[in-house]
Amino acid sequence: MSIEPSIKYQAQRVNFGPSQIILASPKGRFSIRMQRRSVVAGVVIAAVGMVLALWSLAMGEISFTAAELLNTIFGNGTAASERVVLSWRLPRVVMALALGAALGASGAIFQSLTRNPLGSPDIIGFNTGAYTGALAVIFLAGGGYFQIAAGALAGGLITAALVYLLAYRRGSQGFRLIIVGIAFSALLASFNSWLIIRSELEEAMSAAVWGAGSLNAIGWEQAKPALLAAIVFFIAAAMIAPRMHMLELGDDAANALGIRVERSRLLLMVVGVGLTALATAAAGPISFIALAAPQVARRITRSAGVQLGSSAILGAVFLLLSDVIAQRIVPDTSLPVGVVTVSVGGAYLIWLLLREAKRN
Amino acid sequence: MRKTSELIQADLPKVKSHQHNIDAENHEDLSTSRLNGHDLTLGYEQRIVSQGLDVNIPDGSFTVIIGPNACGKSTLLRALSRLLKPVAGQVILDGKPIHRLPAKEVAKRLGLLPQSSIAPEGITVADLVARGRYPHQKLLSQWSAADEQAVLEALQATKTGPLSHRLVDELSGGQRQRVWVAMVLAQQTPLLLLDEPTTYLDIAHQIEIMELCRQLNRGNGHTVVAVLHDLNHACRYASHLIAMKDGNVVAAGAPREIVTEELIHEVFGLHSQIIEDPVSRTPLVIPLGESGSWD
Repeated sequence: MSIEPSIKYQAQRVNFGPSQIILASPKGRFSIRMQRRSVVAGVVIAAVGMVLALWSLAMGEISFTAAELLNTIFGNGTAASERVVLSWRLPRVVMALALGAALGASGAIFQSLTRNPLGSPDIIGFNTGAYTGALAVIFLAGGGYFQIAAGALAGGLITAALVYLLAYRRGSQGFRLIIVGIAFSALLASFNSWLIIRSELEEAMSAAVWGAGSLNAIGWEQAKPALLAAIVFFIAAAMIAPRMHMLELGDDAANALGIRVERSRLLLMVVGVGLTALATAAAGPISFIALAAPQVARRITRSAGVQLGSSAILGAVFLLLSDVIAQRIVPDTSLPVGVVTVSVGGAYLIWLLLREAKRN
Repeated sequence: MRKTSELIQADLPKVKSHQHNIDAENHEDLSTSRLNGHDLTLGYEQRIVSQGLDVNIPDGSFTVIIGPNACGKSTLLRALSRLLKPVAGQVILDGKPIHRLPAKEVAKRLGLLPQSSIAPEGITVADLVARGRYPHQKLLSQWSAADEQAVLEALQATKTGPLSHRLVDELSGGQRQRVWVAMVLAQQTPLLLLDEPTTYLDIAHQIEIMELCRQLNRGNGHTVVAVLHDLNHACRYASHLIAMKDGNVVAAGAPREIVTEELIHEVFGLHSQIIEDPVSRTPLVIPLGESGSWD
């Protein structure tokens, strides 16, 4: 009596290959199916990130024991420990995680849209445009943190919109986006160089610092607007993820399955650009997280195509790890985190290209 | 890979219901049609492919659209499936203009297998078939018991159950095509539209897909519409044939009633001789050379 239903239950299951976790509320209003491997990997990577975050909160010029750290976090610390941990280190750690997750998710969206492991918001010229915007603010208005952020935001968004419109012909196609994006980036890059060459030394220095991408200047005041925007964009990304996976089947198939293709693609691009935009505005252009996180996550989880969730979690840990390295690799100096991501990312890119070359 | 003979063997229980098949044909009522097009002008940007096109898909039929290359048959199928918005005229689904219905609503009633689809890298068969459930899923309800059941049935109907855990990339062309059909079946739509489902397949796999379509039409009660290149497959399997040329419907009806040497010449500019297929008792088109004879 007790065996029979379970056998029946077994027989009714689809064999998906990799084992699945299916969660469903009793009345079926909420249900979700996930690959067990993705869930386990996500939890493990998140745990690693958590440990790394706690470690980087405790360690530095002034170090705390685990007990001191926990006391401080739960509100029982000394004035000094509260200042160091909660006011100085915590916003930086939280921002590294949030911006890393934003970049990872953004990369996943663009790699899915272009069906290309080299896809990232950079392909539609976002970061080059953001740099142009930031340079314009630095050279024309001198530029505090928020002014430069606004300039970068405007520059990046305008560039992305222009590339999208120029590439649009009877619908936007991944390949045309890439070509137009590369052309536009090249154009803007030389314009940026020209701007820097013409500038005063001091301005050029501050442009270079911004251009490297750094979390050095981040406190709660800078973090708050970025975190708020991140929450909004993460919710939007979660809502459009199912449509993203449908678009991967090709425009016709997606259309036939009830997707409004062009609208969905535009929506995905807006969210993808938005996620990168908030990271770039807050910390300058941080390269390679968007490129590497989705592909590494895909290999760890062995999922079909790139996934938003795992890319975001891995992106968060990548950026935090890079920042931890950037702060400590040279004694008494805090390097811009972009320097570390570029170095690690460069190695990754070479590996990716070699792998693709071997496969062809 | 299954041999065609095995597939036919597997379908043997169906032979007993040959009588039932004929019944099904009789049930096919030409006057009722959930899907039809009225006075359609179809085209891409400046290029008009069809003008003043009227077309009816009889309920319960296996309708096959034939015609020479670039005659507008795929364009018609795209219009019927909401992929292409007509320049003028309307495609009507269940009495309403298809372009005014919500996209997901259409996807619950009408499934389409496009000419080319892309399987994401590293996807398993069951995972791909499960994506056909999208129109039935909600943001918070992404995997219900009904989803599981529909995927199981789709795998079973296409005999891809044993492949369900395999990677799509590893399958043969014929297997892959059956998997795509399974994905469309998981949509659980009464209407199934297939755009050249047998192109690029060898003859055994072509027959396998045609048999599957017939099974879906007769056994599972789907109205099936397919664009085909092979005239003899069309004559053999279709219950309703639509012959097109230069964007117009030249003839429509049961193959036995409309396929004549004159029609084949008019549509394809091809001389032929038509005999009865000894197995299916349907018209069999024997192409002749330009001179109209073999010698």
